[in-house]
Amino acid sequence: MSTNSLKASTDRGRAGDKIFSGISLTAGILILAVLFSVAVFLLVQAAPTFTADPAEITGGNGFSAYILPIVIGTVIAAVIALVIATPIGIAVALFISHYAPRRLARAFGYVIDLLAAIPSVIYGAWGYIVLAPQLAKGYAWLAENLGWIPIFAGPASQTGKTMLTAGIVLAVMVIPIITSLSREIFLQTPGLHEEAALAMGATRWEMVRMAVLPFARPGIISATMLGLGRALGETMAVALVLSPGALVASLVKTGNQTIAAEIALNFPEAFGLRLNELIAAGLVLFVITLIVNMIARYIITRHKEFSGAN
Amino acid sequence: MAANQTLQRRQSQLTRGHLPSYAVWVVLAAAVILGAALSSLIGFSVVGWAVISAVVFVIAATIVTAVGEGERKAKDRLVTFLVYGAFLVALLPLVSVLWTVLERGVPGLNYNFLFTSMNGVTGAVDNQAVENGTPVLGGAYHAVLGTLQITFWATLISVPIGLLTAIYLVEYGAGKNLTKAITFFVDVMTGIPSIVAGLFAAALFALLFGPGTRTGFVAAVALSVLMIPVVVRSTEEMLKIVPNELREASYALGVRKWRTITNVVIPTAISGIASGVTLAIARVIGETAPILVTAGFASSINWNVFSGWMSTLPTFIYYQILTPTSPTAPDPSTQRAWAAALLLILMVMLLNLVARFVARMFAPKTSR
Repeated sequence: MSTNSLKASTDRGRAGDKIFSGISLTAGILILAVLFSVAVFLLVQAAPTFTADPAEITGGNGFSAYILPIVIGTVIAAVIALVIATPIGIAVALFISHYAPRRLARAFGYVIDLLAAIPSVIYGAWGYIVLAPQLAKGYAWLAENLGWIPIFAGPASQTGKTMLTAGIVLAVMVIPIITSLSREIFLQTPGLHEEAALAMGATRWEMVRMAVLPFARPGIISATMLGLGRALGETMAVALVLSPGALVASLVKTGNQTIAAEIALNFPEAFGLRLNELIAAGLVLFVITLIVNMIARYIITRHKEFSGAN
Repeated sequence: MAANQTLQRRQSQLTRGHLPSYAVWVVLAAAVILGAALSSLIGFSVVGWAVISAVVFVIAATIVTAVGEGERKAKDRLVTFLVYGAFLVALLPLVSVLWTVLERGVPGLNYNFLFTSMNGVTGAVDNQAVENGTPVLGGAYHAVLGTLQITFWATLISVPIGLLTAIYLVEYGAGKNLTKAITFFVDVMTGIPSIVAGLFAAALFALLFGPGTRTGFVAAVALSVLMIPVVVRSTEEMLKIVPNELREASYALGVRKWRTITNVVIPTAISGIASGVTLAIARVIGETAPILVTAGFASSINWNVFSGWMSTLPTFIYYQILTPTSPTAPDPSTQRAWAAALLLILMVMLLNLVARFVARMFAPKTSR
């Protein structure tokens, strides 16, 4: 009898094991299914756009003529953001990992994380009401004095709601991403390398340049790529800050548009084919950010395998 | 006497080629004075003064160091200044945003704002408030309720899925190809633009329930697409640092694997998991774009996430700023928007604080 009851409880335990591992496996597969279905549903809902008569698409020249200017606009905004955010983000990460007084470094890290915690719509509102009017004067000056450079061609926007403002707001949102990822990598630099450099008489900057930066290069690249992904997909800041228009080369003139902002501004009132069209635009954005993120993650994983980190 | 002389000589040898430590401060003082002079030439402003002084200081200090201590030291000093400067520049927007939200949000954040909705508040009401100088009517009660309901449902969907996936990754799937695939795609998912997550939920429900289905629940599904990867990552990290000795001790007592996980591994990691979930909530509570395309916009209270449009704090802010209730007198709308922004920031900060508190207070006691 006693062996039987022992066996019974073992069976029950085994069933519990099976069920539990089964459930957790299902959850894991569900995530893959979700990512896959994101692509499929977007594709299904976007399909009518590709088969529709080109004249019915917004702009009247087919989908590619509609999407190309806003893809370029998206890339311009993201590039401005990265040009500003990458050097600052890396320098701030260096500050926290190697320059700030040890005791304060953690607190500074929290402060930078706060930047990441502020919701994007608040950045948008800030850019719309505070930053844009401030920058408008600067834009007028740029258009007057440097107007011969195409990107500063006048007449400058009176409200300051231009591509450059959107890029600056995006940069503010991207800095904490680049900083936190680069900081992680900087802190992983082997202490012996740093100490060896210092013992040879290197200054702090020479130590950073010879020991820290070479070690962290893949990490910096992938941090920048992830920041790029964020900047490409960020919606609210651009939707609020930029007053959209046709594609223009000048960054201080009203005009240009990004995919995400185009969707956010038009989706609530859209119906019929316009709805499919915006979902197709979302699909394009999804593919672009997916590629950028996959490259970034690939670099990180490869780096982990080689560096012996973890 | 002789010893003293040796000491002095050694000191001077060690400090040879060094500038005295007050040199930097002298340069700084000179730069501040020069900055004041230059900025008053082109029209004085505090910002201009600070910028010109900083630039003058960095250039002058580098040149002084180059002359006094050599090129390498000068380069080192220049980079130090730039790194410190970058940190200050990064702080500027943070300070500016927080200051703006506080300055403009505090006047509007009152009882009336917190506990009334926008139901019945039209442009005429706002115009009257501006003309007569009476308090601004209408508030964000409906948006607060919407935020709480949508976030609650998103959490309810994401936490079980995220938790179980992390358990699979750490406890069952170590080394398998499926694990690698899941980890990779979870990382990729963290990078999905929030508006695409919203479009996905909208497209999914449009296929299932007909086009134009917009409810709070659709928004919750969209938010959980954003939330699941965050939960998985943080839980995974926490489960990984549970010492293997605990698991082995449990197995040695004859405890089943799933009982070990539920009774030993998870309780050990619970503080980290809870703080990770809280941070994930803090991340999605401020999302705007997915709500715009999935939940529509409402001006009255909606208790039912499964039917009818719903408003959240972020979309409330967005619409109050972009399309003021009264186009001719946007001030009341702006005031409401900033009050809502302050409320939203307070919620997010509170969640972040709670997360840190939970992580610290309920951390497992180790013997070391």
